[in-house]
Amino acid sequence: MDGISGDLNAPHSMGTTIIGVTYNGGVVLGADSRTSTGMYVANRASDKITQLTDNVYICRSGSAADSQIVSDYVRYYLHQHTIQLGQPATVKVAANLVRMIAYNNKNNLQTGMIVGGWDKYEGGKIYGIPLGGTLLEQPFTIGGSGSSYLYGFFDQIWKEGMTQDEAEKLVVKAVSLAIARDGASGGVVRTVTINKDGVVRKFYPGDTLPLWHEELEAKDSLLDILAAASPEPMVS
Amino acid sequence: MTRFAESAPSKGGFSFDLCKRNEMLVQKGLKQPSFLKTGTTIVGLVFQDGVILGADTRATEGPIVADKNCEKIHYMAPNIYCCGAGTAADTEAVTDMVSSNLKLHRYHTGRESRVVTALTLLKSHLFSYQGHVSAALVLGGVDVTGPHLHTIYPHGSTDTLPFATMGSGSLAAMAIFESKYREGLTRDEGVKIVAEAICSGIFNDLGSGSNVDICVITKGKQEYLRNYMLPNPRTYVSEKGYTFSKKTEVLLTKITPLRELVEVIEGGDAMEE
Repeated sequence: MDGISGDLNAPHSMGTTIIGVTYNGGVVLGADSRTSTGMYVANRASDKITQLTDNVYICRSGSAADSQIVSDYVRYYLHQHTIQLGQPATVKVAANLVRMIAYNNKNNLQTGMIVGGWDKYEGGKIYGIPLGGTLLEQPFTIGGSGSSYLYGFFDQIWKEGMTQDEAEKLVVKAVSLAIARDGASGGVVRTVTINKDGVVRKFYPGDTLPLWHEELEAKDSLLDILAAASPEPMVS
Repeated sequence: MTRFAESAPSKGGFSFDLCKRNEMLVQKGLKQPSFLKTGTTIVGLVFQDGVILGADTRATEGPIVADKNCEKIHYMAPNIYCCGAGTAADTEAVTDMVSSNLKLHRYHTGRESRVVTALTLLKSHLFSYQGHVSAALVLGGVDVTGPHLHTIYPHGSTDTLPFATMGSGSLAAMAIFESKYREGLTRDEGVKIVAEAICSGIFNDLGSGSNVDICVITKGKQEYLRNYMLPNPRTYVSEKGYTFSKKTEVLLTKITPLRELVEVIEGGDAMEE
């Protein structure tokens, strides 16, 4: 057994691009939809943006099993917390619970996550919880294998106080850029926008995404110029 | 620093110490025993009013076909069935265990089992064994919230899909689904596509073979179509049938009755040591 067939026994993991961006009034979370086992795409339309509470969502990357278990536990804790408190949990509480599980089991978990949401105390907030289990509150966070293609892009283009429309467009653009360059990311782009009015989910099929660089049709190609000229072969 | 972090016991939650021990033993050259693996094609799809599951019937032990007509669609609850690929013992044990837990849960609640309940029980069991219970499953059923189809990987991750394939023949079967599946299939169309996907696995994957099993689950009804298709009939059966020479040399016709079991001797001497 080698090549593709051997890879099928590899753990189910998400070579991923995940993004969290804050804007003026809320947050936008974004992710691709590819789940792979080795070289095989096990699910081409997976949902890596998982709901934790009404107002908090989580983007998952790394081992699918690990990130699902962590988010299942956190969802359960937050549900209990919401009932005891009698009001919605804050994004900070949710992120801290994720951090707690990620840190306490750091030797056995292979997952990086982005928690994002809106609460009445602090507004829209994004927290990154990378591999070691540290908690980072940031205006924007990128994660997964596709993120390495995006650091420069975000450093250049991100600005404070974007509108919702600008933020959503930025996230879709960034994920589609990563999909174009990262083999482990692909499929569709999913976004979740959270603000004081609630949650809006959006879905962009692969064939509606913008094209980049070599995917674009060639313009003024030498071949076109030659083809446009006389169809007669040159005879010497 | 790293060494210290690894040796420090984790605070509550999960215990993985035996996994660490086994890893160490393997590193020191321990050969783990092999198991009966079902090189398999299992599939499932959601149609108009329910779920259809399908499986081949070959069980293998390395290169040897160990069973030519095994059952890979396992019963979970009256409204839920589950296809299993991977180590036969593990798929059998894990589905039996969860099926039993579901029944206890039904007695306790007095309600029909839900597919998500089965899904959660399966995934939390598999996750706690960190992939060492090698069961790759396609779980399907119809409950109060409608039809559901899930795949479960040995490490405990799950997917929710309109059509799914698993096992070594999953690529061959997925090719059929990707080209022929659409929303709102009728029962007969669904069964046809599932049978075709399993046949694709049977013919193109060496780990899969023999017959097609199908299970159709709809609201309040389930049909287990065992050996729905027999695309590999025996080719070496003589049309005349086999006959054996009737001439047998008669050696003895006298019947000797068996001796009495115990001979009782009146007034015998007591045994002494």
